[in-house]
Amino acid sequence: MSGPQKKPTGAPRLARRRVLQLIAAAATAPVFWSAPGIATMGIKRGPAGTATDPDLINPNIPWELQLTDAERLLLEVLCDIIIPADEKSPAASAIGAHDFIDEWVSAPYDTMAGDLDRIRNGLAWLEAESARRFDGEFAQLEPAQQTAICDDICHPPAAKPEHAEAAWFFDRVRMLTAMAFYTTREGMNDVGYVGNVPLDRWNPPPAAALKHVGLK
Amino acid sequence: MKDDYDVIVVGSGAAGGMTAFILAVHGVKVLMLEAGRDYDPVTETPMFQLPSDAPLRGISTPDKPFGFFDATVDGGWTVPGEPYTTSDDADDEFMWWRARMLGGRTNHWGRISLRMGPYDYKPYSRDGLGFDWPMTYEDMAPWYDKTEALIGVFGSNDGLENTPNSSPGVLQPPPAPRVHELMAQKVCQDELNIPTIASHLAILTEKQDYEKWPKELFPGNPLAQKVLRQSMMERAACFWATPCGRGCSIKANFQSTTVLLPPALATGNLTIRTDAMVREVTTDATGKATGVHYIDKRTRKDEHVSAKLVVLAASACETARIMLNSKSTLFPEGIGNGSGKVGKYLMDTVGTWVSGRIPALENMPPHNQDGASGMHLYMPWWGYQQQEKGQLDFARGYHIEFGGGRGMPSAWTFAGLGGQSGGAYGQRFKEEARRHYGTGIGFGGRGEMIPNEDCYCEIDPSGAVDEYGIPTLKFHWKWSEHETNQCRHMQHTFRDIIEGMGGEVHTEIHDDGAKAIAKPGEIIHEVGGAIMGDNPDRSVVNQYCQSHEVPNLFVTDGACFVSNADKNPTLSIMAIAWRASDYIVEQMNQGAFT
Ligand SMILES: Cc1cc2nc3c(=O)[nH]c(=O)nc-3n(C[C@H](O)[C@H](O)[C@H](O)COP(=O)(O)OP(=O)(O)OC[C@H]3O[C@@H](n4cnc5c(N)ncnc54)[C@H](O)[C@@H]3O)c2cc1C
Ligand code: SF4
Repeated sequence: MSGPQKKPTGAPRLARRRVLQLIAAAATAPVFWSAPGIATMGIKRGPAGTATDPDLINPNIPWELQLTDAERLLLEVLCDIIIPADEKSPAASAIGAHDFIDEWVSAPYDTMAGDLDRIRNGLAWLEAESARRFDGEFAQLEPAQQTAICDDICHPPAAKPEHAEAAWFFDRVRMLTAMAFYTTREGMNDVGYVGNVPLDRWNPPPAAALKHVGLK
Repeated sequence: MKDDYDVIVVGSGAAGGMTAFILAVHGVKVLMLEAGRDYDPVTETPMFQLPSDAPLRGISTPDKPFGFFDATVDGGWTVPGEPYTTSDDADDEFMWWRARMLGGRTNHWGRISLRMGPYDYKPYSRDGLGFDWPMTYEDMAPWYDKTEALIGVFGSNDGLENTPNSSPGVLQPPPAPRVHELMAQKVCQDELNIPTIASHLAILTEKQDYEKWPKELFPGNPLAQKVLRQSMMERAACFWATPCGRGCSIKANFQSTTVLLPPALATGNLTIRTDAMVREVTTDATGKATGVHYIDKRTRKDEHVSAKLVVLAASACETARIMLNSKSTLFPEGIGNGSGKVGKYLMDTVGTWVSGRIPALENMPPHNQDGASGMHLYMPWWGYQQQEKGQLDFARGYHIEFGGGRGMPSAWTFAGLGGQSGGAYGQRFKEEARRHYGTGIGFGGRGEMIPNEDCYCEIDPSGAVDEYGIPTLKFHWKWSEHETNQCRHMQHTFRDIIEGMGGEVHTEIHDDGAKAIAKPGEIIHEVGGAIMGDNPDRSVVNQYCQSHEVPNLFVTDGACFVSNADKNPTLSIMAIAWRASDYIVEQMNQGAFT
């Protein structure tokens, strides 16, 4: 392959200033094209702000959020049990995983149909179970007590029949927490995604990476 | 309305953009009518935004089917207010991807730009199936060179069978492959005898030579040279980050809206009307096209505009629809449809997927694998000789597209990790995510479909209309065994590659290709519907995209395709549109179409 050859020490990043210049240069270019131009009949028109033509630069969430404060607080605790802080990255609540779950269960599409009830019922079950087993609110339980409950419901195929529904709830919260977390810069850094930075040249993989998979 | 236009071009995508650009730089006064809204990639493209900046982490929804940040405006598998149907006895529902925006689907296409080869222009002569094109690859080669040089395509010349080289200096240098691509290459070449070469994408890996190309592409045409030089100067080279499907605000990849329309406008010869939904082409008593009717979508008024010549470039099915809707006493079955072939021989690409996981990629030393957004390597079809000897139970080839590696995590990357890890949560979940990241891999087949009598569109006999009152399309579809057998071959090949890489396959491997084949239209390479040919009884246009019956009507989009090689169609659409536009200019200079 004839890609640019260079010592594979992390690719040189294009200075942020240079990127901004590139984008700015492109942005001012239309001046040159001010010829008769587009749409003798049309006013230049950007996004309509509809669901099929949203403003991609300034996105907003057009639907109303459904969860109560109490439900959100409990979710926050559960999200952090699923993705806790460690030396590499923060806990899920720090990047707003519970906000994302509220956004998700409140959204109008088929993908999330039924999730509002499932999450609501699951949260109610979690409180009821905490009261039953440990006579307290889930958020106030000892970590070992919280884990005891979560261990029963963390893997749907292995859950006891009486925990089946709670296990699907837990699985859904875990899925949504992971979706929320690993799509942020913090989550991406955690797994070692180092892209989304402009480079001024493209290099072949570093030798260590090739060696890792047994390529020369 | 003032009718001082020479040519009306309907549509602003790959075909319309190229047609308008070539005509405008040659001094032809062009009016472009585009059904979608005005769109500016420079200011509207979200470049570095993360999924977490989008609603629902950017996942696909029915409103934005390829994700929130995908560039498609008012489109996807459905377009608001513009329905269509599929006949009940079709093999599957036809999926029709459209976009309603200036530049059409070139704003979000995959940029894969492969030349059709010598076999692909004469498929009937090789195996007796389908039809031959009226021209040869050799006739087309100069326009491929010109198109690649104009839009900017990277790739390599490997001299493989029916996988043509470009002329020296035309292609931009390809970027170095990523680790998973090199692993697949090794298995394919060493164990499976499948060539694996640099992909060809319409992305600038270096700045275009803006002193050389304008002069070479348009010798003796100072206007063309001036606008093209300026346009090439304004395009930056790729900076190896940000997904091309969102568009490119630095103009490094090909979009009609960054590469063709700005210089065409700069000539002063092009006027664009957006929100103009063309309904039909009008004719006079002698059967000549006189102009078009369109609905101004903002006022809902029906407007008429005249010109000496009409070019349809609204995308294959939409062009067929306009022709079928253009009925008159002279053309009771639709304009230029004396052959009855308008809407016939629709083709898509045969597609299927297999995905899996490569444990050897676990715990890879972190490094940047973004690159030029798409794949850096691909596998061109390798079985021409086997087919010639009758050793395969399908007649035409496919190429392999694949993806994997340590790209930006999407919302779905770790969504299934709970199950895969046996229910991990807490610290163990984080460790599982680190281990799994970058190990997924997926292979997609892109194969040639042979045109048949059962794949066509017609004006819906139920009388259905869209929200502008324009009659809508009904699709019909049947696959032949050539497609389903090819699909089975793909499934087995992809399993062999993944297993050869020491990986595990995660999708079901189908021995029945019919169970694995993508829906018609789903690969979004729909072509045909106004096929070209020398014989007016069996084709709609000639090799210059000119209607056999209405000499001042042209079809420069994929509707004119006679076959649909495994090579993704857009580069060929543009090369054919350029050649047709040169022909129009030549004819005009000789006094035609007055
Ligand atoms: C996600 C995606 C990935 C793809 N990847 C690749 C790839 O990698 N390689 C490849 O070769 N191809 C690819 N394609 C296909 C490629 O986009 C098309 O082949 C190409 O855009 C066709 O060009 P066109 O000009 O015929 O149509 P379009 O680009 O669709 O443009 C047609 C234009 O006409 C307008 N129009 C339609 N009807 C009317 C009307 N009645 N009046 C006025 N205007 C009208 C439309 O609004 C549109 O703007 C991809 C497509 C998609 C969606
Ligand atoms: S990968 Fe390159 S060409 Fe594609 S959008 Fe990013 S900068 Fe533009």
